[in-house]
Amino acid sequence: MEPRPNIEENTQNKRIEMLEKGKKFLINNMVTILFVIIGYIGFVLSGLSLPFFLNDLINRVARNGFLVLALIIPVLAGMGLNFAVVLGAMAGQMAIIMTIHWGVFNWQGILLCVLLATPIAILFGFLTGKLLNKTKGQEMITSLILGWFANGVYQFIFLILVGSVIPMKNEELVLSTGVGLRVTVDLDKKLRYAIDSLFRFSFIKSVLIVGIVFISVALYMYIKNNKQGQLDSAKGKVMALSASGIVLGVWSIMTMLNSRNMLNNLNIPVVTFVIIGLLCFATAFLTKTKLGQDFRTVGQDQHLANVSGIDSNKIRVLAIVISTVLAAWGHIIYLQNMGTLSTYGSHENIGMFAIAALLIGGATVTKATIGQALLGTVLFHTIFIVSPLAGRNLLGDAQLGEYFRAFVVYGVIGVSLGMHAWKKQMQSKK
Amino acid sequence: MIERFQSFYKKAGLPRIIIAVFFFILTVTSSIIGIPFGGLMTDVIVRVAMNVVLVLAMVPGILSGIGPNFGLPLGILAGLLGAIISIEMELVGRSAFIGAILMAIPLAAIVGWGYGWLLNKVKGSEMMVATYVGFSAVSLMSIGWMVLPIKNPEMAWAMGKGIRTTISLEGRFRHLLNNLWHFNIGAFRVPTGLILFGLLMCFIMWLVLRSKTGIAMKTVGDNPKFAVASGLNVDKYRIIGTILSSILGAIGIIVYAQSFGFLQLYQAPMFMGFHAVAAVLIGGANVRNATITHVLIGTFLFQGLLVVALPVANNLLEQGSLAEITRMLVSNGIILYALTQVVGGE
Repeated sequence: MEPRPNIEENTQNKRIEMLEKGKKFLINNMVTILFVIIGYIGFVLSGLSLPFFLNDLINRVARNGFLVLALIIPVLAGMGLNFAVVLGAMAGQMAIIMTIHWGVFNWQGILLCVLLATPIAILFGFLTGKLLNKTKGQEMITSLILGWFANGVYQFIFLILVGSVIPMKNEELVLSTGVGLRVTVDLDKKLRYAIDSLFRFSFIKSVLIVGIVFISVALYMYIKNNKQGQLDSAKGKVMALSASGIVLGVWSIMTMLNSRNMLNNLNIPVVTFVIIGLLCFATAFLTKTKLGQDFRTVGQDQHLANVSGIDSNKIRVLAIVISTVLAAWGHIIYLQNMGTLSTYGSHENIGMFAIAALLIGGATVTKATIGQALLGTVLFHTIFIVSPLAGRNLLGDAQLGEYFRAFVVYGVIGVSLGMHAWKKQMQSKK
Repeated sequence: MIERFQSFYKKAGLPRIIIAVFFFILTVTSSIIGIPFGGLMTDVIVRVAMNVVLVLAMVPGILSGIGPNFGLPLGILAGLLGAIISIEMELVGRSAFIGAILMAIPLAAIVGWGYGWLLNKVKGSEMMVATYVGFSAVSLMSIGWMVLPIKNPEMAWAMGKGIRTTISLEGRFRHLLNNLWHFNIGAFRVPTGLILFGLLMCFIMWLVLRSKTGIAMKTVGDNPKFAVASGLNVDKYRIIGTILSSILGAIGIIVYAQSFGFLQLYQAPMFMGFHAVAAVLIGGANVRNATITHVLIGTFLFQGLLVVALPVANNLLEQGSLAEITRMLVSNGIILYALTQVVGGE
């Protein structure tokens, strides 16, 4: 009946609980944590300077973020990872080729691209969705192979039909034989940076702004909860927010004071990031609507969905159409940043890289969130930037790092598909 | 007559008929535009015979229930490693070829065992997992090729580390089978050894499928629930099927390389699995059933089509990529068709 040991027991229980929680967190986020570590080690080994690395990373996140987000909705609808985003990318590319051909440049060109790409992507998405409804249970392998098949059709059209069947006269685009498109098309002064350069803003100042926003949100939460007397529940969040806000703010001011720091010269393409942000909001909003609920119901159990009056086939096609259209837009963003269109190669690895990024962020075949997509994009491209240099410094060959990163792409997809199938098998045994 | 035609149409399926007709038209076109028929047929026969073992590797996989072995690169890598060890040991001629095979078989068996174990853990998603296991193995082995301690100047880069991307088999076992007992009928050159070796492998497979193990393996693949009820260890026979498939992949790549004249390392094995899958599917197999006849017909149609398409395309069009495009369309198209049939049949 003594109170003391009881308290001790309580603290011990709490400690065990904390440990358990920590363990669970580690296990659930194993992949992400592993890649944070690999990325950090690679960064140190590569010997890159922070400004150079950040510049490259900002560029790549702006370039690829949209494409990775395009994968979320099919996952929600239980169709797994949509490797057929490649078809969306093709639609985007077709639109860009037409736009260049008609000579519409800059932001007007981008607008025209979007207008042209959308109907093509809707058509492709519709056909893909129909096919995936015929191969239920094997959607991912089907979408993967479909990507390659479509690539064959694409090459047939642009290498053989253009100039011979489809009339097209354009010295810049068509090969000197008059048949087939050139292998690379330069977008410089046409569409290059058409979105990115609309409004660029200092990176370090943006960090300061983010820091200030964090602190003000923390303050707001503190005041609001203090009034309602529920300070305890929000304590952790307030602390974390204000701490990170202060760290960001102090770091950015310190950097700005040191005028020789190269970080002061970094700019970010604000409009591109705003577009990515809008897509995040739109996706988050969509999941809360009736349609989002339908996606989730179909994702959990198609039979149940059918019984409760949802046409699951239609919902599945819709999910793929949305994903394909987003991929087409994402690819336009991607190419305006790249600055060169490699007619027969730009779209090829888009799906694979986007999927690997999503998975590295901690997503699985059945669950993907916006946060995972963004985190994954950052981590994946960190590894992409550092691995050739790390390979060169470690073993004297940059090629080695490139093979390593290919291994990472394939390996992470393989492992997470395997884990998913294994879990499913264990569940069905129970 | 019409009924007969309809039953044939149903049995053969639309894509197969299209491919066969396309092949026929190409062959006719080739003789009309004056491509020497004898030489063309020699190329067809050589290409079919050098690929047939790789395609045969699909049979044990499909029959044991793991489906088309998209992870064939694993077996291929074992075969390539065997060939490299054989060259590093300074073997020449027949002993080099046999040595490479003997070295590759245990390697492929070990790899196949591990791979089969993995496939047992992921039942239902074998095709997708296998594809990525194959891809990542090829990338990982690319690192392997760069760090393997090979000293032989035939294989090592003159500067830096690692093995060359392609290794010539000249003076080792290049064309060993192609030139064995070969004879000419006019311009048509018959590579007897190569054909006999392919048929020998088919015959061995035929025997294996009729052995007790083979029948058990087929039962497991055909109906796992029935197999469990009759006391068969499903997982065990699936592993046996995978091992057999990997071993055939290893032998297949050695046969392929002796005819091609080069060992192709690094990224080259990446898509070889898909071509083998496509070939057996064109022959009439599906993801649950495959026979040796399917292998022979499929390899003939697929490889034959590609061989004939190349000179015809070069003659009709200036672009050299039509043959490559045909291959992409045919191989991926037939795999897609087979995938739609899986669910459609259930």
